[in-house]
Formats: sequence, structure tokens, C-alpha cells
Amino acid sequence: MKKILGIFGLLVFIIVFTAIMNPNFLTAYNIQNTIRWTGLFGIISIGVAFVIMTGGIDLSIGSLIGLVGASLAWLLTVQGVSVPLALFLVLFMSLAIGFFHGILVTKLRLQPFVVTLCGLLLYRGLARLLTGDQSIGFGSAFEGLRFLATGRIPIPFVTGFALPMPFLIMAGIAVIAIILLNFTIYGRYLLALGRNENAARYSGINTDRVTIFAYMICSLLAGLGGVLFALDVNSVQPSGFGEFYELYAIAAAVLGGCSLRGGEGTILGVIIGAAVMRFLANAINILGITHMEFAIIGAVILAGVIVDELVKRWVEHRRALARAVGG
Amino acid sequence: MGNVGEALLEIRELSKQFPGVRALQRVSLSLYPGEVLAVIGENGAGKSTLMKILAGVQLADSGEVRLRGEPMQFSSVKEALQAGIALIHQELNLADNLDVGANIFLGREPRKWGLIDTGAIHRASRVLLDELGLAIPTRTLVSRLPIGHQQMVEIAKALSVNARILIMDEPTSSLTQHETDRLYALIRDLKAKGVSIIYISHRLGEVKEIADRVAVLRDGKNAGALDKDEIEHDAMVRLMVGREPIQHEPRNRHGKVEPVLEVEGLTTQTYPNHAISFTVAPGEIVGMAGLVGAGRTEILEALFGVTPATGGTIRVGGAVINPRVPRHAIDAGLALVPEDRKQHGLVLEMMVRENLSLPALRRDQRKGFLNRRAERSLSDAAIEQMNVKTPSASQLMQFLSGGNQQKVVLGKWLAMKPRVLLLDEPTRGIDVGAKREIYRLMESLAEQGVAIVFVSSEMEEILTMSDRALVVHEGALAGILNHDELTEEAVMRLATGGHALATP
Repeated sequence: MKKILGIFGLLVFIIVFTAIMNPNFLTAYNIQNTIRWTGLFGIISIGVAFVIMTGGIDLSIGSLIGLVGASLAWLLTVQGVSVPLALFLVLFMSLAIGFFHGILVTKLRLQPFVVTLCGLLLYRGLARLLTGDQSIGFGSAFEGLRFLATGRIPIPFVTGFALPMPFLIMAGIAVIAIILLNFTIYGRYLLALGRNENAARYSGINTDRVTIFAYMICSLLAGLGGVLFALDVNSVQPSGFGEFYELYAIAAAVLGGCSLRGGEGTILGVIIGAAVMRFLANAINILGITHMEFAIIGAVILAGVIVDELVKRWVEHRRALARAVGG
Repeated sequence: MGNVGEALLEIRELSKQFPGVRALQRVSLSLYPGEVLAVIGENGAGKSTLMKILAGVQLADSGEVRLRGEPMQFSSVKEALQAGIALIHQELNLADNLDVGANIFLGREPRKWGLIDTGAIHRASRVLLDELGLAIPTRTLVSRLPIGHQQMVEIAKALSVNARILIMDEPTSSLTQHETDRLYALIRDLKAKGVSIIYISHRLGEVKEIADRVAVLRDGKNAGALDKDEIEHDAMVRLMVGREPIQHEPRNRHGKVEPVLEVEGLTTQTYPNHAISFTVAPGEIVGMAGLVGAGRTEILEALFGVTPATGGTIRVGGAVINPRVPRHAIDAGLALVPEDRKQHGLVLEMMVRENLSLPALRRDQRKGFLNRRAERSLSDAAIEQMNVKTPSASQLMQFLSGGNQQKVVLGKWLAMKPRVLLLDEPTRGIDVGAKREIYRLMESLAEQGVAIVFVSSEMEEILTMSDRALVVHEGALAGILNHDELTEEAVMRLATGGHALATP
């Protein structure tokens, strides 16, 4: 909980600071836009959090987003497949890819970093192969489908501001993820195996199945993210679409309290982590210092984890002192 | 010069307090040149705190340490080493990807033109190893050495800085009998050279064999001392626990009922050529004795599906099972308390309650959802039944003492109502009080009809707890001893490859 408060404080600080520096930041248009992007990145960040909680990693998210985006556009515009079937096919493909990662990691005991690094290269290549390395878009059709990514739902009694669809989709996914993690035996198994896989196995948990399922969740949410990202920008350039998104997702998960050693993290923290990433990028944009983007994001994440570690030590120190006085 | 009669090391009224715990209260000890002083006591008696202060890992709150009459205070391990005090940890601190020589000189490598002078390292290491009578090449990787040799390397490392005082913390806990004998020979040799040794052990038989004097700690205080001719098992136990040792009643429940566990021709991956066969009846406690490395853990792990058996049949209640993963064995009514509770038994960063409920979650689930009420009542019941000392069920596992952790490992299986309980070194490294509670629990489970198989390297445990004992030697079942045949001599003869006495 303290961890979430810390990262939430950082988010508030970024918002207040930018609002003071440039009044354009607080316009409804800008905030809606940033919240929409938070939703999109939040979805893939929740996915990667599950894999990180097993002690694994998924580097293939960005390429999978590229492959899903390109496949969706290709199925709809080139092949003329119906919308439900196209959605089914790309999401099924994502699930299958996650299953494939999980099998390699558990049954063959390959390292997650290696498996998904190869995935990163492979899926990018497949996306380019499929499209002949040409940009592919949805044109002006599929308005209904695009509503998922670009639509907004008005808030009752509030005018001039509406909630972007991707944010609502993310909220729904977050609720499911929170329930899965905290109220089901699967979630408990996941946290136990992330901390001590052997102890989990000796307790009769099918650790392979739990891990495979985590990779499937991650790839499915990356695939869903791919669909929404593609509909959002309306055009997919296969060589670069989604590039580096896995790093943003991992950064959001880590900022939000996930340990790369596994077994730790909260969904709410991950979402706030994703929001920090997006608001920071937006602030950099608005303040007109885009050439500094990576430097600032890198520095802020580093500062965040350093402060987090120092606070943790300070709290432990205080607790030890309190015990000494009390005892 | 240090004549005999003058203490080499003198500890006076040392106290150390941790938040909520008085780890040491006015403890005094003296150590003379060329002697082996055994320091014994239950877990939590203050032994390790005392040793950590001597080795410079921790600072004392009050009291003083005098070395050859000079007051000393070490604020780092390096300072203690420079003063000639070296601590050899229970878990060895070697870099096993480096060779023997590199380990001995780790952190103080001799240099030549800024580069490590490997020639000098290996020449000096050779001399040290020869002194210890260790013939291994100094270029061998530490990971290739058996554990006993690794320990010798640690000792060589200590001697290379001219340590005059060696502190050995449970040095034999992972040694074979042969390696233990070598260690004793080495200790006698070091004594002759005037090196003093502080020897910490739970194994009282060893203490009797090797110690010149015994100092007993209880609850952070001096609880008494024994001179060489007073070192007797019962006397030590009396001082440690402050009460008389319990005498176990001999039992024999075997033969009254049909066996619940039948093992026939079982072979393990480590010993594929030795087929093991035995049966265990409900309510029977069967001890599995043997030297470390004899293959006992492998047998339990094959039964539990951790490392699947390569052959043979296992029957539980008459039905053949073929466990490929622990879940299969659990479903058949087996439970295993593994040897290494931190690695295999517990999730240390989770709560006591979450650890206790882990195996039962699947059974108690409500369509995939956690059944928190069942979890709570299960863990409360286990905490009470096992007498786990914890401030609450929400306490993180890592903050419990070793004995209480072990009770949780056992406790998590109680709710599963196992038909066969497998225990691997159930009382290793835990204090006498917790040991007794575990023994009592084993007996009460047996009375309820659970079949129990336990592996132990403690002779006393095998002799007092077993209705029958299986003795394993180099992967093979060397013999089965019934209660009336169960003597230390008979077990040791079989465990070391001898033959059982002919029974008429």
C-alpha cells in the first residue's frame, strides 16, 4: 500500500508541476488523450505484470503488437474477413503465442529472456513478411470497431469531459486481474511460485500450468493492446509499430511495485505506473523538450526505484527502533 | 609468552540486545591455547550471536573481549581475522566457480605488476593443503569437491591468515562419517599446533568425542560448564534444557494390520541398480538410517514424485500409484516434510497462514476462488495443534525461528489428513524443545493411524522413535531392524556396509 502511495505521489507531482509550467496541459482534450494512452499502455502493463510475478519476463510484447496490428488490418482489408472472425483470429494467435512461450519456459526450461527475445525478432519479421513491409490501414471504414479505441463515454452530469474507451476497457481488465490475483487460488499459486517455485511444487501445485497461464495472459493482453493501438492510429507500419512498448510496459510494472525477482506486485500499482509513464511523456511533449524524452523517463524511473528503496530501509529502521523501545 | 593456564581469549559479561530479545545476558567464557571448547545450547540460546560478536559480524552492547589480555572490539570480519579469529560458517562461504587456490586467497590475492600472481597463490596453497594432509590439486574447481573437502578448504583459508582461534559452526552437519573422522583428525592436529577451537554442535555424541570442555548457554545466559571427564550425554542435555531428558517407551505396532504403503523394487535416478522394497503399516513409525549421501532422500523424493522413480511399484492402500509430480502423491494421501525447509518447504516471504493453507487451497476452493474462511480455520487449528509460536497468523514466515518454521512445514500437511507421512531430517537444526514437540506429534499421528517414514542422521532419533528401522547403504537397503534388534551397533554396522548379525 505504501508503495502505491509513493508512486501515486509521483504521478500527482508530475501533473501539478506540468500544469504550473504550461496551462495547456490541463485542457480536457489533453487529459482525455493522456488517459486514453494510459488505458492502452495499462492493458499491456497488466499483462506483463503477471509474467514478471512468476519471475519471468516478456520482451516480445512490442513485436506481438506489431504482428497483431498488421494481421488485423490485413485480415479486414485485404482478406475481407468479418470483424468478429478477424478479432477472434488475432486474439487466438496471441493466446497461442503465449502458450508457446510458456511451454518453452516450463517444459524445456529455456530462459524467459531468451525465449521472448527471439519472439521479439520473430514476430516483427512475420509482421513485415505478411504485409510485404508496406504500411497497411483501415481507411475510413470500421467506424464501429474503431470506437473501441477512439470512442469516449460521457460521464453523467459532467460536460466537456468524457472517459476514453481504452481506459474503460483497461478498468474492466484491471478488475478481473485484481480478482484473479487476490481472490482465486490461481493468484495465490502465482505469488507463491514467484517467490519459491520449489516450495510451491512440493505443496502439490502444478507450477508449469500456472506459469504457462501467466504467459498466455500476457500475450493475450498484448494482442488486445495491439488491436486497440492499431485502431487508434488507424494505420500500421509493420517495421516500427509497437516498437519498445514492452519496455514501457515493464517499466510501468516495476514502477508500480513488481519485483523482477518475482512474487510481488499489485495491479493498482501497475496502472498508476503506466499513468506515470504516459503523463511524463505527455509533459515532456507539452513542455517542448521531446529530445529529452528518454533521458527524463530514464532518470525519473531510476529516481523512483532509488527513493522506494531508501524509504523501505527507513521504514524498516524505524520499525526496528520502535520494537527496541517497546521491548 | 602465552603459558598454559593463561587464557588466550577471555569473554567477560558480554550482553547483546536485539529489538524485543535479549540475545546475550552477561555471558562469560574463556578459551585456552590448544583446546577444543564446545559451546552447546538450544536454538535461540545465544550461540550464534556470541560467535558473530567474536568474528566481528556484530558489535556487543556491553561487556568485553580480551585477546591475550588485551581488550578488543571488532567492528568487521576483517579486523577479527587480523586478530587471528576466523569463523567457519555452517553454510560454507566459498565461490564454487573458482579453484581451490583462488578461494584460499580470495580478497587478498598476491600481485605482480598489478596482475594476480597465480603462481604464488598455488605454491602457497599447496603448502597449506599439505599441512592439512589434503592431496587435492589446488587448481581443482571448488564445485567439483565433495562437501567435506570444501570445508577443509575453508579451514585452509582461515589458517592462511594465521588464525589462532577457529570458530566452527555445526561443522559436521553435511559431512559423511568418513569426512567427519578426517575433520576430527585435523582438529586434533590443529590442537597440537596450539590452535584453539570453538566448536558449536547440536550433535552431543560428537561433542563428547572431540571437546576438551563444554560451555552451555541457555536463554542467552551461562547455564553451566563441563570438564572433560564430566562430558556425558545426559549431563549436557540436563544443562541445555534445565530438566531431565524424557525416556521414550519402546513401541511395536508392526504386524497387526495390513500395510498402507507397499514399495516393491523401487529404483531411483541416483541409484538405478538398487531396488528397494519395504512396507509400512498404519500407525507404524519407520526410521530410515544411513550415512549422508546413502540415498535416503532420493527414496522419499521418488515416493513423493519430486524425482520420479525409474522402476518398481508403489502401492498406497492396495492401489498402485505412479507419482510423476508431488501432486500425484498428495492425491494418493502422501505428504513430505522435505529436508531443506527454506528451499522446498516454505515460501518465506509469505504469511504463516498462506504457507499452512498452500496444499489445501485446491481442495477447499469454491470454483477456483479462495475459501478464506476455510483457510483461516485451517491455519488457526494448525497453529494451535503444532503450538507454533508466532504473534499472529499474518506474520511473515521468515520472522519465525527454525523450530517454528519446521512446525509450519509439518502443520501444512495435517489438514490434508495424509495416510502416509514422509519426513526428511525433521529435527535438523532445531532446538530441543521444538524437537520434542515434533516427536510428540509424530507419535500422536501414528496413534491416529498415519504411517510414518522418517529419515534421520541422528542415531538417538532413530533408536528412540522407530518401531522398525530401514538402513540404507550406498543406495541399497542394507537391512531392516525390528524394534528388538534396534541398537546403535546394529544400525552402524549396516550403514557402513557391514552385515546384520545372523538371527536364528
